[in-house]
Amino acid sequence: MADARMSRQVILLPVRTGFIVLTLIAALMMNLLPWSGTALWVKPDFVALVVLYWCIEQPRKVGFVAAWLLGLFMDVADGTLFGQHALAYSILAYAGIVLHRRVRMFSGTSQVLHVVPLLLMNDLIVLAIRTAGGAEFPGFQYFIGSFVGGALWLPLGVLLKLPQRPRHDPDQV
Amino acid sequence: MEHQPFFKTGPTPLARLLIFASLSLVFLVADVRFHYLETLRQVAAVVVYPFQRLAAAPASIAGRIGEFFVTHSSLREENNRLRRENFDNAARQQQLEALQAENAHLRRLHEARGRAEVDFIAVEALYAARDPFSRKLIVDRGTQHDVRPGQPVVDERGVVGQVTRVYPWLAEVTLVTDKGQFVPVQNVRNGLRAVLAGTGNDGALDLRFIPLNADFQNGDRLVTSGIDGVYPPGLPVAQVTHVERSAAQIFARITCAPLGGVGAHSHMLIVRARQEAPPRPVEEQPSPRARKSRKG
Repeated sequence: MADARMSRQVILLPVRTGFIVLTLIAALMMNLLPWSGTALWVKPDFVALVVLYWCIEQPRKVGFVAAWLLGLFMDVADGTLFGQHALAYSILAYAGIVLHRRVRMFSGTSQVLHVVPLLLMNDLIVLAIRTAGGAEFPGFQYFIGSFVGGALWLPLGVLLKLPQRPRHDPDQV
Repeated sequence: MEHQPFFKTGPTPLARLLIFASLSLVFLVADVRFHYLETLRQVAAVVVYPFQRLAAAPASIAGRIGEFFVTHSSLREENNRLRRENFDNAARQQQLEALQAENAHLRRLHEARGRAEVDFIAVEALYAARDPFSRKLIVDRGTQHDVRPGQPVVDERGVVGQVTRVYPWLAEVTLVTDKGQFVPVQNVRNGLRAVLAGTGNDGALDLRFIPLNADFQNGDRLVTSGIDGVYPPGLPVAQVTHVERSAAQIFARITCAPLGGVGAHSHMLIVRARQEAPPRPVEEQPSPRARKSRKG
């Protein structure tokens, strides 16, 4: 798999900052859609997923400030404890930035094996904060979203790299 | 020789993580313990507000498109039903007016305090909070529309929840099924008072601290007692569905089902009492002078 990636090298265009901001806002909006019932359990945390993606792909452009601010916005929108998502996303951003060289060495499917544990860690941090605050464990379906997020990692990568693909084939004159 | 990095990238990731994590922890503690950050939360709420409205838009547009394709027969059916209900309600309304007048008259005779008058603010739920640990709704009215924390929220059948936090244009409603949400209630059949607590499960409420011999039966209707000064008296809340008495426990286990469609409706009413509750009576402290005069 890794060989296939190496042989078919496409030199991507530099990513535009405006596009990154747009995707982060889009992820926030996806989280704020009126999810309910089963969809709420199945739904991955889009903000965590996109923040992790950019921390791995563009660690010098997206980092703690974006993750932390988005976390605060999520806390306000959900009416949860102020700072719980901020803390979880900061740690997620740290993991993404530290592991970015390693994760990018792997092919798509092996990247998922890195992403799922990181998303689970994100869930566990929120769970730890809430149980410390006196909430009850909501059941194991709480973790389904992270696995769905892992499944969405490959399509997300293709989607977010679209604007970076060169318009013309450089081999053709 | 000191190691010099080739590219200047600022503090290391670990240092940054420590900064942001400790900032988050400070926020958490300040929010949980001291409630210091309400202003900051309000500011962030104003920033997120357009996104919240925008995110809620597709669902409401889809709803409207769905309404456009309603069939003729179902519309006629609904129209007939509503007309019937309206007829019933009109008859009840007439009785209610007569009863209200009579009640006011009797209260005047007894020199009792009048019942608090209430009015309603109609609200629409934008979305359920995406928090698996609690049962909350975000509704589209806030401080700008005179919504205040503590006001009860009802639908056409009963109490749904309570406003727990308000933003300029939005409010958070904690549903009665939320763990840690309490409603003081009264049994309609015999007037017994109790406290109804949410369990965190949809459709189940607990009556707490009821002695084994207390007279609660399946099917009993519970209404707000109004003794807390927050909920106006007489709003229907729940119906007893299961009573379990075992000699091994001090209290009876009484499970109830909420009467209102908790979390099921998008349109609700916020109840606003026009009359403030009377101030809590000051506990009498016998002053030394009074004691002396009694002695003398």
